[in-house]
Amino acid sequence: MVLSPVSADAHSPSSGPASPLEVVRESGQREVFCGLTSIVWLHRRMPDAFFLVVGSRTCAHLIQSAAGVMIFAEPRFGTAILGERDLAGLADANEELDRLVAELLERRPEIRTLFLVGSCPSEVIKLDLAKAAERLNRQHLGRVSVLNYSGSGIETTFTQGEDEALKALMPLLPNDDADQLLIVGTLADAVEDRFVALFERLGVPRVRSLPPRRSSDLPAVGKGTRVLLAQPFLSGTARALVHRGASLIEAPYPFGVEGSRAWMAAAATAFGASAETVAAVLDPLVERGRRALAPHRERLAGKRLFLMPDSQMEIPLARFLSRECGMELVEVGVPYLDRQLMAADLALLPPGTRLCEGQDVELQLERVRAARPDLVVCGLGLANPLEAEGIATKWSIELVFSPIHGCDQAGDLAELFARSLRRRAALSFA
Amino acid sequence: MELTLWTYEGPPHVGAMRIATSMEGVHYVLHAPQGDTYADLLFTMIERRDRRPPVTYTTFQARDLGGDTAELVKRSIAAAVERFQPEALLVGESCTAELIQDQPGALAAGMDLGGIPMVSLELPAYSKKENWGAAETLYQLVRGLLKQRMPAPGTPKPDPARWRAEGRRPRVNLLGPSLLGFRCRDDVREITRLLGEHGVDVSVVAPLGARPADLQRLPEADANVCLYPEVAGSLCSWLERSFGMPTVKTVPLGIGATVAFLRELHGVLGMELPADLQPDPEGLCPAERASRLPWYSRSVDSTYLTGKRVFIFGDGTHAIAAARIASRELGFEVVGLGTYSRELAREVRAAAKELGLEALISDDYLAVEKAMAEAAPELVLGTQMERHSAKRLGIPCAVISTPLHVQDVPARYAPQMGWEGANVIFDSWVHPLMMGLEEHLIGMFRHDFEFVDGHRSHLGDGAPAVAPAADRAHGDGAVPLAVGHGTPAAGHGQGDGGQSAAVAAAVAVAEAPAAGAEPRWSTAGEAELHKIPFFVRSKVRRNTESFARERGIAVIDAETLYDAKAHFSR
Repeated sequence: MVLSPVSADAHSPSSGPASPLEVVRESGQREVFCGLTSIVWLHRRMPDAFFLVVGSRTCAHLIQSAAGVMIFAEPRFGTAILGERDLAGLADANEELDRLVAELLERRPEIRTLFLVGSCPSEVIKLDLAKAAERLNRQHLGRVSVLNYSGSGIETTFTQGEDEALKALMPLLPNDDADQLLIVGTLADAVEDRFVALFERLGVPRVRSLPPRRSSDLPAVGKGTRVLLAQPFLSGTARALVHRGASLIEAPYPFGVEGSRAWMAAAATAFGASAETVAAVLDPLVERGRRALAPHRERLAGKRLFLMPDSQMEIPLARFLSRECGMELVEVGVPYLDRQLMAADLALLPPGTRLCEGQDVELQLERVRAARPDLVVCGLGLANPLEAEGIATKWSIELVFSPIHGCDQAGDLAELFARSLRRRAALSFA
Repeated sequence: MELTLWTYEGPPHVGAMRIATSMEGVHYVLHAPQGDTYADLLFTMIERRDRRPPVTYTTFQARDLGGDTAELVKRSIAAAVERFQPEALLVGESCTAELIQDQPGALAAGMDLGGIPMVSLELPAYSKKENWGAAETLYQLVRGLLKQRMPAPGTPKPDPARWRAEGRRPRVNLLGPSLLGFRCRDDVREITRLLGEHGVDVSVVAPLGARPADLQRLPEADANVCLYPEVAGSLCSWLERSFGMPTVKTVPLGIGATVAFLRELHGVLGMELPADLQPDPEGLCPAERASRLPWYSRSVDSTYLTGKRVFIFGDGTHAIAAARIASRELGFEVVGLGTYSRELAREVRAAAKELGLEALISDDYLAVEKAMAEAAPELVLGTQMERHSAKRLGIPCAVISTPLHVQDVPARYAPQMGWEGANVIFDSWVHPLMMGLEEHLIGMFRHDFEFVDGHRSHLGDGAPAVAPAADRAHGDGAVPLAVGHGTPAAGHGQGDGGQSAAVAAAVAVAEAPAAGAEPRWSTAGEAELHKIPFFVRSKVRRNTESFARERGIAVIDAETLYDAKAHFSR
């Protein structure tokens, strides 16, 4: 895959080769989370890391509300809430931050990596968190690595927060040109273990993951590194890895049987596995995955699907739901369209699929009401209102928290969508 | 700059959203960056609202900052007015927009909105919080809608008893109930019914369910009932100052407060106090029989509630009310009282002082959890945050205040206020505890093999967390030490922890970490330790260890434990 690390910009207007897809760009009110929300799964992936948002009460409230329940004794994330004194310059915000970090590290000695996470307010007042991270790194040398990135809503949407966090880790990755497969993007631990075992059977010599399970156990990167993206929202990370000499394996994302097979096969082939080996290892999975999928396909086939923009997973999910579950795509919304990273999935969408990049939520809801789809994939702010209008929904945030990658998860993934319809059918108050 | 892990209140613009979303015909244009739309899900998920909040967000992004965000604000206002055709418009900003100073209110004031009343909200996001934002929004909205109707200075105050001369029933406004408030929906119904029984009509309920035109009718009532001071306090005092409307200030939470509320109401409206609100020779008031709480509390089964140690934390209004109900109407012992509502800190401090306690005024949930652990309560009455803390500590808990979880918006009718509210409170505070005879029997049979430590509730609240809680208390060094368990009979024989824990807390001392070898527990010592009620066991353990350390005792046996007990019981 040809990927330019320089010119590629996820936000640039989508141009490119003539596509059989209809692409609409919209701007208006966007009903998506900001990148801070990624902390909810990132902190679970790396239990020795702490995510300190430098922001406002709104930031703290957002993460708490997005996380849904406050189940942790002391979460490994928090917000350094800017007060009036910080803004008025009465207190040097940097000194305050240093004090707060020192207290935090004293309280949480198990923390090995501290992410200072920029927010809308910290970006607007131009609080230099890169400098702060440098300074704190010197203060706490050998004890903890301090990194920074922005999860602000003015710069990032929902899942882009993970992209920014992984980019922040980049300077810490050692150089090593040895051959290895690098899976990039947070996976559920069990799913990751499964993939690693399968790649072993496919003859891939070394498999590493980014982010790793321990923030201090970072994979190396170099000319022998072949990057396999597990999540479709890591544009910046992919480009940064290519810049470090790695090459990118082009494949659809590992959702559904078809996507997962193609994803694993592409990696195996890149490491020289023969078609026979690939077939021998993967075909039984495909067969079993299809069997698991079949009952859900029965319920989903022919049903009309509308995806609101949310997590950037919409395009690969649309591909899975249309090709493997037989759903009809009314509209596929995405917060932004990165044609290069989506190429393999875009190519598999049915011709004429309507893609909508960006959002004007009012206009989009008008289209939903006009089209009366059988299922709408949307955020939690919209789900109950649409249900109340008689439109079935699947709330999208579950898709970033659930193990849905791989052939063995294809049935579970389909079930998440089928459940909404099954439940509606099961209820009767007559 | 302050470190916050979980927060009790959202930012002030979320308070404004609570007002807008509670009402009909109001729309709120909020200048806010992408991501701030998260607040919608508080209403659609926690309150299960079937409509989106009436809020239009500008959702500006970094690339807009280079351009004209003011233009974006104006576009959003014009589009919202055209699409939603509100009867009143609120215009404001969230924390980030406050920094870029587009002044959306001034922009809106310069636009032709077709005559729709517009209220500009200035809610300082870096110093204020959600409840303040709600109170300020309600006040500003009413002020904006009523400014044309303010009586001229010097106009005599209307007589709150004028209903008599006008030949109608007295009428009052119920102010403060809002979405994301605690049980407001059902409190309004209960209080409306209660007022109706006493011949008083409800004129306007606001903000919940009110339209802007209803707010304009507020001065037509004879008095205002301030049901939720956190939200309606500023409005009530402004209506008092500007329109001479008296406020009924007693919040009818609990039996005593409901009686006091009715008496105050009758007094304010110049109504004759009915016989059933007059105290009888025993100091009781026949009206109380409308609730089952007084009898349930006097019934013999409730003997076992005597002296139960409760820790209370919540918003100011609910915390104060809970302390009064717990101590006077259920015979509990309040061992901790606090609030995150700094606006009501003075009142909470006074309530705590009455109970011989020092109030905890904090919005740091870890400080609250620490105070909870130190107080060694048998029941926690708190918010969703305390529910989680209590679960970790293995203590039963009932939720009495915001912040809410979806389960605090029950399908059934479950008010907190008035007579039925008292019934609901009795059930929801007593059910997490082990009940009456059951506790007695478990006390009797506690040495039988069926007895499982921590089995204290039908609901199974405490059981699994007991051991980790003890370990945690043991491990983190944050919990001050206490030892002693009342009379040996009570502490060991009957399994009645209330008395014993009281002594334990009374002799709580700060930890003094000492160097030197850690004392070891002998088998006999451990066995004796396990006879102590588990909720004070970790404290007894720590205190005994510190006692042993100070005296250079290497092995703790049963005798050391009793020596320590005697030492700390002085």
